Amino acid sequence: MVTDEATKTRVGSLIEGARSSSWQSRIAVALVVALLVLLLGQAVREPGQFVSQLIIGITNGAIIALIALGYTLVYGIIELINFAHGDNFMIGSFVGLTVLSGTFLGFQFFGAIGAGAGTFLKIVGVLLALVVAMAVCGLLNVGIERVAYKPLRNSPRLAVLITAIGMSFILQNLGLVWKGPAQVPFPELISDANILPGDAIVFRWKDLFIVGVTVPLLIGLSYFISNTKQGKAMRAVAQDKEAASMVGINVNRTISITFLLGGILAGASGVMYGLFNGITVFNVGFTQGLYAFTAAVLGGIGNLTGAVVGGFLIGIIGSMADQYIGVEWTAIVIFSVLIMVLVFRPRGLLGDRSAVQGGGE
Amino acid sequence: MRKYWLPALLIVVAFIFPIVDEAFETLLIYPVIIVTVYVMLALGLNIVVGFAGLLDLGFVAFYALGAYVVGWLASSQFNQVSFSLWTAAVSLTGEPLEGIHISFWLILIVAGAFTALCGVIIGFPTLRLRGDYLAIVTLGFGEIIPRFFQNGDDLGGFNLTNGTIGIKAVDPPGIQFLPESLDAWKQFGTLDLHPWYYTILMLVLIAIYVNIRLRDSRLGRAWISVREDETAAAAMGINPVTTKLWAYALGAVFGGIAGAFYGSFIASIFPTSFSFNISILVLCMVVLGGMGNIYGVILGAIALQGLNFYLLPKINEWVHAIGDSLGISLLSHADIPKYNFFLFGIILVLMMLMRPEGIIPNRQRAEELHESDAGSGDAMRGVSRA
Repeated sequence: MVTDEATKTRVGSLIEGARSSSWQSRIAVALVVALLVLLLGQAVREPGQFVSQLIIGITNGAIIALIALGYTLVYGIIELINFAHGDNFMIGSFVGLTVLSGTFLGFQFFGAIGAGAGTFLKIVGVLLALVVAMAVCGLLNVGIERVAYKPLRNSPRLAVLITAIGMSFILQNLGLVWKGPAQVPFPELISDANILPGDAIVFRWKDLFIVGVTVPLLIGLSYFISNTKQGKAMRAVAQDKEAASMVGINVNRTISITFLLGGILAGASGVMYGLFNGITVFNVGFTQGLYAFTAAVLGGIGNLTGAVVGGFLIGIIGSMADQYIGVEWTAIVIFSVLIMVLVFRPRGLLGDRSAVQGGGE
Repeated sequence: MRKYWLPALLIVVAFIFPIVDEAFETLLIYPVIIVTVYVMLALGLNIVVGFAGLLDLGFVAFYALGAYVVGWLASSQFNQVSFSLWTAAVSLTGEPLEGIHISFWLILIVAGAFTALCGVIIGFPTLRLRGDYLAIVTLGFGEIIPRFFQNGDDLGGFNLTNGTIGIKAVDPPGIQFLPESLDAWKQFGTLDLHPWYYTILMLVLIAIYVNIRLRDSRLGRAWISVREDETAAAAMGINPVTTKLWAYALGAVFGGIAGAFYGSFIASIFPTSFSFNISILVLCMVVLGGMGNIYGVILGAIALQGLNFYLLPKINEWVHAIGDSLGISLLSHADIPKYNFFLFGIILVLMMLMRPEGIIPNRQRAEELHESDAGSGDAMRGVSRA
């Protein structure tokens, strides 16, 4: 009976919500439906192209989702938009590239692993690049938190945001010093060839690689957060820092671990981005970071599932915009999504902490 | 009277600067004009960030809009029509000029009004957001607008912005009714930059005056109270939404006018000149000088642009000299000015860590920034993290 009652009220409130929904949300819903219909039209006209584009969107989305998780983890725990996170991702791609080249600071540790290397060597190289980039970015993120954010933990929110912007510029210029202003090519380690027979639908080895790395990372993260003691501590600190410290949780260490996790994901994502797109550049973190932030906001910032869902959605929106509107408009489309979401539904799709004043606390 | 001697002295120095510059042949007038444009931008951003406490990361949007207004209204961009109004541009053939050509002075007003409107349009839907989200939304707009200008050469077949090629040959300003002897003022040229300098100087002086009057006005006090505690301000009968919108609109006016001046000074407008970096540079000026303090902000603008134009090239020379004498090729080929934003990043971080109130602090602001247990979670205030 009790559950019945509960369902009834929930359904009732849903109907009520639909009735009392503002003109704004109606416009938003109408807009989304119209766009979906248009897309569906395209899908029917040329299904092969549509599905291939969808696959590219999902792979791009996986990369974005991994960055978005870093934003959402940090926001969930200290309510900071870690503006430098995108640049951490860029550093990740540079670290990966350096590992594959085998040379660092003039010392050659091993021969460069290029397109001509054997399959086994390629696998080892990619794994090594991933692991090193993850470690470097994780530690870098922890270091940034220690140096720049920790002293400001009780300062006004915008003071910390300005610091984060400063850190972002510092990292970006480190990248500029490191690899120069031009785009740097990544070795072609993973085949561009289609796995599926025929060329109606394109699903490349590259796409498989991205999915194959992302899924275990997501499972690992989810296990860590929900099953380990440290994960539990993170959730506790996210809910209430003071209470968490009262029950004996080391808040500073928990925050550091959160930054470590975010950095690890950004590092992996950076290497994947480089291997997938074949290039990287010192300012790639700005746009990719904003895309990922959009994804985190779209899913509901502070919400881990939301960040992943948002990441895939933004990836798909981006690839559809590339195909059907024009590559030069993609950034505009995604930034418009960011603004629309914040204006019409600041809680995001799955909702956690509100972006609206006074909410979510 | 003691209150006035320093500003009066500074104004006198500013007025005789071109004469001194010419006498000593230091050739500084061009960079000084650019610096003054940035002073104007910083004064505009100071209203939004310093007075009202709303972090705007997309201020470059207004700068760009102002510049494009000049591009649209004082060039041959729209050559389908031919319309001239009190323009200083002269037709060489005697035929009426192609495109729209309106007097620069009129355009300044149009640009101000247009960007104010844009400020309201951008500000309105975002004002209920919390401070850091508001910052991101303004950043989004700041990214969209230059990209739109870049892609705006084919909007359903209509060429609005001429894309990456940009709008070129923008009309210079001029004062027609002057006698022939004042040639440089009848139509501002590229040889004699004095008219340009005095124009932007007058605009900045007006901006400073408006800033001071705004700060001490009813609206200025409303900004401070909304910044400190929005709920309390609302309870006292201040409408937070209109108060914040005024901040956006007025800040945008200065950005737009600075953009309009810059557009006609440079005479060619490219979408790539309006990057996110400019938003950050101007923010850095405001933060370095002291948020909310007019003199601090001016100092911040002069200091940072001085660094850009003067100190970094000098340091570059020194580093090259050291590299040459020691035989280190890495140093003698270093390109230090390229990394200016590295320095700006460090300035932002260090200022926030050491002295968040800036070099010349606004006293009220300093106290807010040093208050460790902050309240409502609005704008520049801390958030209750309980």
